[in-house]
Amino acid sequence: MAYQLLRFALSSRHPEPRMFRQPGRLRDTYDAVIIGAGGHGLASAYYLARDHGMRNIAVLERGYLGGGNTGRNTTIIRSNYLTPEGVAFYDESVRLWQDLAADFDLNLFYSNRGHFTLAHTDSAVRTMRWRAEVNKHLGVNSELVGPEDVKSACPQIDLSCGGHAPILGALYHAPGAIARHDAVAWGYGRGADQRGVEIHQQTEVTGIDVEGGKVKGVNTSRGYISTPKVLCAVAGFTPRVTHMVGLRTPIFIHPLQAMVTEPMKPWLDTILVSGSLHIYVSQSARGELVMGASLDPYELHSTRSTLDFVEGLAAHMLDMFPFLSHARINRQWAGMADMTPDFAPIMGKTPVEGFYLDAGWGTWGFKATPVCGKTMSYTVANDRNHPLIEGFGLARFENYQLTGEKGAASVGH
Amino acid sequence: MKLLNCPVNGSRPVSEFAYGGEVRAMPPADCTDPQWADYVFHRSGIPGVKVEWWYHIASGTWFYAERDVSLDRILRTWLPGESPEGEIR
Ligand SMILES: Cc1cc2nc3c(=O)[nH]c(=O)nc-3n(C[C@H](O)[C@H](O)[C@H](O)COP(=O)(O)OP(=O)(O)OC[C@H]3O[C@@H](n4cnc5c(N)ncnc54)[C@H](O)[C@@H]3O)c2cc1C
Repeated sequence: MAYQLLRFALSSRHPEPRMFRQPGRLRDTYDAVIIGAGGHGLASAYYLARDHGMRNIAVLERGYLGGGNTGRNTTIIRSNYLTPEGVAFYDESVRLWQDLAADFDLNLFYSNRGHFTLAHTDSAVRTMRWRAEVNKHLGVNSELVGPEDVKSACPQIDLSCGGHAPILGALYHAPGAIARHDAVAWGYGRGADQRGVEIHQQTEVTGIDVEGGKVKGVNTSRGYISTPKVLCAVAGFTPRVTHMVGLRTPIFIHPLQAMVTEPMKPWLDTILVSGSLHIYVSQSARGELVMGASLDPYELHSTRSTLDFVEGLAAHMLDMFPFLSHARINRQWAGMADMTPDFAPIMGKTPVEGFYLDAGWGTWGFKATPVCGKTMSYTVANDRNHPLIEGFGLARFENYQLTGEKGAASVGH
Repeated sequence: MKLLNCPVNGSRPVSEFAYGGEVRAMPPADCTDPQWADYVFHRSGIPGVKVEWWYHIASGTWFYAERDVSLDRILRTWLPGESPEGEIR
């Protein structure tokens, strides 16, 4: 450690290799353009280059790599969803996570913790049982457990939650995990870069050129690029980009806030979620308690954060963990969540030929980063929706065939 | 604390209000299925100044608010059936 620091101090050049190149000028044309260098855009670029032999690709990022929701999320990874489409999809993602660090040769701090979704009411217990049965039927490891199991996994918890929201049971999902979000973006970015993909930061897409219902190119803050394929993976900016191609979608933007405490000794092994108390919490490798709540209640295109949020969340944390009354809050922040009416994503081909969407990831898309990369790269390369994303098409709204995940996604993310 | 001006009760903390979404025209009853689906599901998700429904929970008052949804600034509020003119606060 000391030697490492010294090396940085004494070296006039940066002593470590850079994670990725900084390509100079944009080329006039690419085989595909990916808008957004978040985890989803970079993962798609990585698998396009690695598995589909498409290397003449530009990833365009208006800000900096990983600076969107990827770098703002609370990193919960799980597959205990409610619909068969959802469970199959997220389960594949959890599988992909397992060897990702080896694949990248980069420590992702992937940490398998186990995940409890607490039930404080009879109806919540019923939903947990439903989810457990759907999960088990589809081969996902989930169980309905009692309050005593929660207590033995987390002895510090007040099972009565201050007396007003006693814990009646929980959905326990053993594969639940957390990971280091930045490293995921860097790993995919480096892997894509090494295979020839160009990542252009500080490059905003300002328009999309569509002729005769087909994508021809994109206008950027650094000039025009011609390309037959555009993948839109811009999370909280999705409505602005779909507006460029005249596509109507149900996506609406609300902020999602989060905060961390000062670091403390490790005491919380598991991930805990409570829909009734509007909290979820885990302890990071650094020792900070990483906490979040539900969405802000109204539309806002901004990453401002509020004192109301800290007060409300802290009060509910104290219901569960009264001993934390002296813990201090270190940081708070927000991201813009691209929400859908059924809490499932919108993915795949669109009525505009060559325009592909990976959006509607709202408050729950980090865990899906690998599987989104896999399925969107397949979809872009073959101009055919990957079978795993069939339930997530934009046309489901027109056809009144929603993929209802609200019961599994609204606070749990 | 963020304040919102209720046209009946005056300036109140925003936590006393519920958001009702953007004001939109309902298509006629004999519209097509796709038109109805568009109305039910699709939204104008882009930022800008929007006229929205807001509800003061304690007094049961629905009203209109014109709000910049990037800056979170409320430009004016008024009751249905009344005119917003001169109400800028
Ligand atoms: C507080 C918070 C907590 C969350 N917690 C969890 C969780 O615990 N588990 C989970 O699974 N998910 C969680 N999520 C959701 C998750 O963060 C997102 O769904 C996911 O990270 C989306 O990744 P992305 O790559 O699609 O988008 P982003 O990482 O947002 O990347 C999109 C990028 O596109 C860029 N961009 C936008 N417009 C343009 C343009 N015109 N031109 C060029 N570039 C553009 C942006 O600058 C941005 O960098 C959380 C989200 C938030 C905000």
